[in-house]
Amino acid sequence: MAGVELLSDQGYRLDGRKASELRKVQARMGVFAQADGSAYIEQGNTKALAVVYGPHEVRGSRSRTMHDRAVINCQYSMATFSTAERKRRPHGDRKSSEMSLHLKQTFEAAVLTQLYPRSQIDIYVKILQSDGGNYSACVNAATLALVDAGIPMRDYVCACTAGFVEDTPLADLCHAEESGGGTTLALALLPRSRHIALVQMDARLHQDHLDMLMEAAAEACRGLSKVLDGVVRQHLQEVSVLTRD
Amino acid sequence: MLKSKTFVKKTRSGGVMKIVREHYLRDDIWCGSEVCVECKDETPVLQKDACIESNLCTFPHYLIPDTNVVIQQIDILEDPLIRNVIILQTVLQEVRHRSAPIYKRIKDAIHDKEKHFYTFTNEHHRETFIEREQGESANDRNDRAIRVAAKWYSEHLSKAPDAGDLKVVLLTNDRDNKEKAEKSGLIVYKCEEYVKSLIANPELVDRLALTSDEQNEITGSRVVFPEHLPLSKIQAGIKSGTFLQGTFHANRDNYLEAKVYVHGEGDESTEVLVQGLLNLNRAVHQDVVAVELLPRENWVAPSSVVLIDDAQNDEDAEEEEAEKKVRKALDSKPAQGSTLKPTGRVVGIIKRNWRPFCGMLLQSHIKESTRHLFTPADRRIPRIRIETRQASTLEGQRIMVAIDGWPKNSRYPNGHFVKSLGSAGDKETETEVLLLEHDVPHLPFSQAVLSFLPKMPWSITEEDLKVRADLRHLTVCSVDPPGCTDIDDALHCRELENGNLEVGVHIADVSHFIRPGNALDQEAASRGTTVYLCGKRIDMVPELLSSNLCSLRSNVERLAFSCIWEMNQNAEIISTRFTKSVINSKASLTYAEAQMRIDDTSMNDDITKSLRGLNKLAKILKGRRIEKGALTLSSPEVRFHIDSETHDPIDLQTKELMETNSMVEEFMLLANISVAQKIYEEFSECALLRKHPAPPPSNYDILIKAASSKGLVIYIDSAKALADSLNDAQVEGFPYFNTLLRILATRCMMQAVYFCSGMDSDFQHYGLASPIYTHFTSPIRRYSDIIVHRLLAVAINADSTYPDLMDKHKQAALCNNLNYRHKMAQYAQRASVALHTQLFFKNRGILNEEGFILFVRKNAIIVLIPKFGLEGTVFFENKDKPSPRLSFDEEGPTLTVEDHPFHMFDKVKVTISLDSSNIQHQKIRMALSEPVIPGVSVSMPETEPEAKKPKLDR
Repeated sequence: MAGVELLSDQGYRLDGRKASELRKVQARMGVFAQADGSAYIEQGNTKALAVVYGPHEVRGSRSRTMHDRAVINCQYSMATFSTAERKRRPHGDRKSSEMSLHLKQTFEAAVLTQLYPRSQIDIYVKILQSDGGNYSACVNAATLALVDAGIPMRDYVCACTAGFVEDTPLADLCHAEESGGGTTLALALLPRSRHIALVQMDARLHQDHLDMLMEAAAEACRGLSKVLDGVVRQHLQEVSVLTRD
Repeated sequence: MLKSKTFVKKTRSGGVMKIVREHYLRDDIWCGSEVCVECKDETPVLQKDACIESNLCTFPHYLIPDTNVVIQQIDILEDPLIRNVIILQTVLQEVRHRSAPIYKRIKDAIHDKEKHFYTFTNEHHRETFIEREQGESANDRNDRAIRVAAKWYSEHLSKAPDAGDLKVVLLTNDRDNKEKAEKSGLIVYKCEEYVKSLIANPELVDRLALTSDEQNEITGSRVVFPEHLPLSKIQAGIKSGTFLQGTFHANRDNYLEAKVYVHGEGDESTEVLVQGLLNLNRAVHQDVVAVELLPRENWVAPSSVVLIDDAQNDEDAEEEEAEKKVRKALDSKPAQGSTLKPTGRVVGIIKRNWRPFCGMLLQSHIKESTRHLFTPADRRIPRIRIETRQASTLEGQRIMVAIDGWPKNSRYPNGHFVKSLGSAGDKETETEVLLLEHDVPHLPFSQAVLSFLPKMPWSITEEDLKVRADLRHLTVCSVDPPGCTDIDDALHCRELENGNLEVGVHIADVSHFIRPGNALDQEAASRGTTVYLCGKRIDMVPELLSSNLCSLRSNVERLAFSCIWEMNQNAEIISTRFTKSVINSKASLTYAEAQMRIDDTSMNDDITKSLRGLNKLAKILKGRRIEKGALTLSSPEVRFHIDSETHDPIDLQTKELMETNSMVEEFMLLANISVAQKIYEEFSECALLRKHPAPPPSNYDILIKAASSKGLVIYIDSAKALADSLNDAQVEGFPYFNTLLRILATRCMMQAVYFCSGMDSDFQHYGLASPIYTHFTSPIRRYSDIIVHRLLAVAINADSTYPDLMDKHKQAALCNNLNYRHKMAQYAQRASVALHTQLFFKNRGILNEEGFILFVRKNAIIVLIPKFGLEGTVFFENKDKPSPRLSFDEEGPTLTVEDHPFHMFDKVKVTISLDSSNIQHQKIRMALSEPVIPGVSVSMPETEPEAKKPKLDR
């Protein structure tokens, strides 16, 4: 039996999307009252929750304190029930530390940390359900949570994955597509300035194809930024209606 | 644009994993019809006046076949008459799941613009997607999906303003499905009904595959096979180890015996023997089957009996007789522990590997009968029962037939007629058959391919000269067999001022013309190799390249890829240089011409001097190579002298080898090895190399036995030991013995294969005793060389790389194809030689020749005739004659016929004639004439009086 056909001749993917189409994105901001900022996002079946505390004084060892900017502390985790197979996920395993590090790098590039010297910003993200593109869902959720917390940023950070199948770049891969072989590229973009906050790819890809893939991922990120922008405006409207009275 | 609704589809795979997938439904999937105004399809596929004239459907209509119709009746759907067909995604997915070759064929049909096949993505369409209901099986759900889609189409099309009476017609063979479809108001027919109703195309009916309904009527025979196990049970059995999975290989010589190659973990693989009709259980050559091992006491040894299924009629009386004979043969030999092989029986088929088979019709004895037996050309394929009304026209023709199924109560599989190739025995037809049977792509190159050829008149440009070394001043010449037009190598040799020699091998620069990825390149990659048949060449690249622009002909400027060494007088390499170049060959010689120049001391021109230098170095190189343990093997090769008018063979001779042959070969080997080292150094992950694995010691058993019968010992510990002991193996007064032994040794060897260096760790070339090897020197006729050229060009910065070249998985896939094509090309070549041998003997009558026994079988000996390089079987059992007393000794091996023992290498005389009693398998018949055994040997043919006279005198 042959493996799954990721892209049909008619140009439809496994779940019926076309090559450049994103999954359905739904998001909410301010889901927790106790935190300084929080957000929940669904990208297809990938669901992530992000919570932001700070800026506040540096906790723990004082040595980490930066005199010219804020320290960003990220913690990534996956719920035990987030994948098809139930699995205990201990804190600080290699995969999640790596992901935490990536998130930290991403947001250090986006948050105006120099406004808060000698302080710390905590970002906690949890994957509630995983169906491909965990990193991008985390970045998008964290962006919304940071906006909710009112922490100034250069721009939204929008992240999206892109894969490469049969010489066609596919945007926003689901789990089946990610595991179906081929290359996956994750890109975090500051859409307005088109600066790249982070790009990651860990499979082989010929150089000639890289530009095409990056362009597809960037296009997907720009699409996402519109959605996120809509969510933020919607949220602001709701909040302002509440506070007007 | 995207209006999507999220659906959740649950599937279970393997254990109890729940997989949740999104399923988007869209409303921008168009119906693909020209009449529709609602859909915004820019290039509709389905025509407005979709007319296939039919008695049943007098209105224009689109066809919607269901999955089974596509799988079973693909031959019908491929017919140019059938157009305007809607293939639903549900159907396409099911086909993909169930049969890869048919999936490929239906996809080809969809891509064919003339056919107007449209794929409707119904699973993602908002109105045609359905969910599986409680208690509904997956199949039922798919059937319902097909009906819903058909219903949607009929309603959708009726809304179109100028649709007229355009309708959709559902084709299904499933009774239940048909009823339900009729109930919902669809027009639905069985495939047979529909095809039979077609006007002006009666022959299409013959192509109808028989479906299960009909099979019951046909078979009244008693042979009942055991039921095949369902796939789930097979899988469970394989997992628990009670069954083994493997590829089924029918025995060419004995239709009641087969081997199943079981692929174990890693490289380990075992063979399981299967004997007897019931144990074979309807498996066909190349199927993937599940076998169950029999208990050890039922194990048998492979029979050495040659048994051909040549019963002339449908009945089974003779079958039983034949089977009895086998059993007798089996029983007669008490089981010897050492020769017993694991024996099993086929319990189920995991994957059928049926393709259309070439062969001939065996007419039924009853005149008006429409059911006939078809005998495939490949003896490993069983005969096939087909139904046709054109039997009388098909008589004596080569036809193609596809198998549809093999019900358990039928002695033969059922099939249907595909097409006719031409009359049998005709050289053109027979060549076509052997090309088809060996899967050699031989159609003319398509326009798309030809469009990538350089425009004529072509000449070398200034830019070419700028980037290439100009070697036009060198005395380069080529040495090839006579009549060669695709010259891909040329040589030169000159003395340098420091006393060293400069030797250059110049190879046609094919990769300059064939750019990666275009249609020309893809076609060449798929063909893999040029196939040389007798008097015919099937080119890998179009003739303009192979015989003109790339061919290094004399006195024209050509682009080349050169490998230039500086060597001292002892043939030790001092430096190696690779460069793209421009050369101007001064002479294209044949081997004989070159040899004459070297030998003729009066000639002292540059070309001759160059040849002498090359020859001297080649001898040193060869000596060094043999010192290292390179094998010199032998296989009888023949050349035909072909009549220039009729293209019939008029004479036959074995190929002669001259010093110059080995001179050219030596430098080609050297170039290949140098290039292999270079590309491996540069690209350790993706170099395309060639290896020749050392054979397992058991392969040599026959060789050792044969040599020990003459009191000689063959050492097989290493290639070197083998080469030495082969050199020492001489028998007084029997000069041909050594050649015979080398022929045997050749058959013990493994196949040399291409591989990608990143996928393998063993690079050894056993036969050439080289640690690394590749093919660089024949890019006109081998695709592997083109890849090697590209790699080398990148390595010396002469060309740019491209993605697929660096992808080791794609390279490995390419290697697999090349290996397959090379193997098939070799078989096709052999078959072509056999065909021409037959044509040759057809015109000669009966000949009497001397030969040697190559193998001894239980009821036959296999004789090699050195004069013609011809191998044939002498049977000692005849249907119409009582068998002589035979006794077979496994150890010798020796066959004793009426007190006369036959050993391997015995000299015998045989008469050779062409047996055309069976026009399908015309064969060379050999009969023993000396030693004279009463009742067995035949007398000398009367056409040769010289041979007969001395006998009378005695």
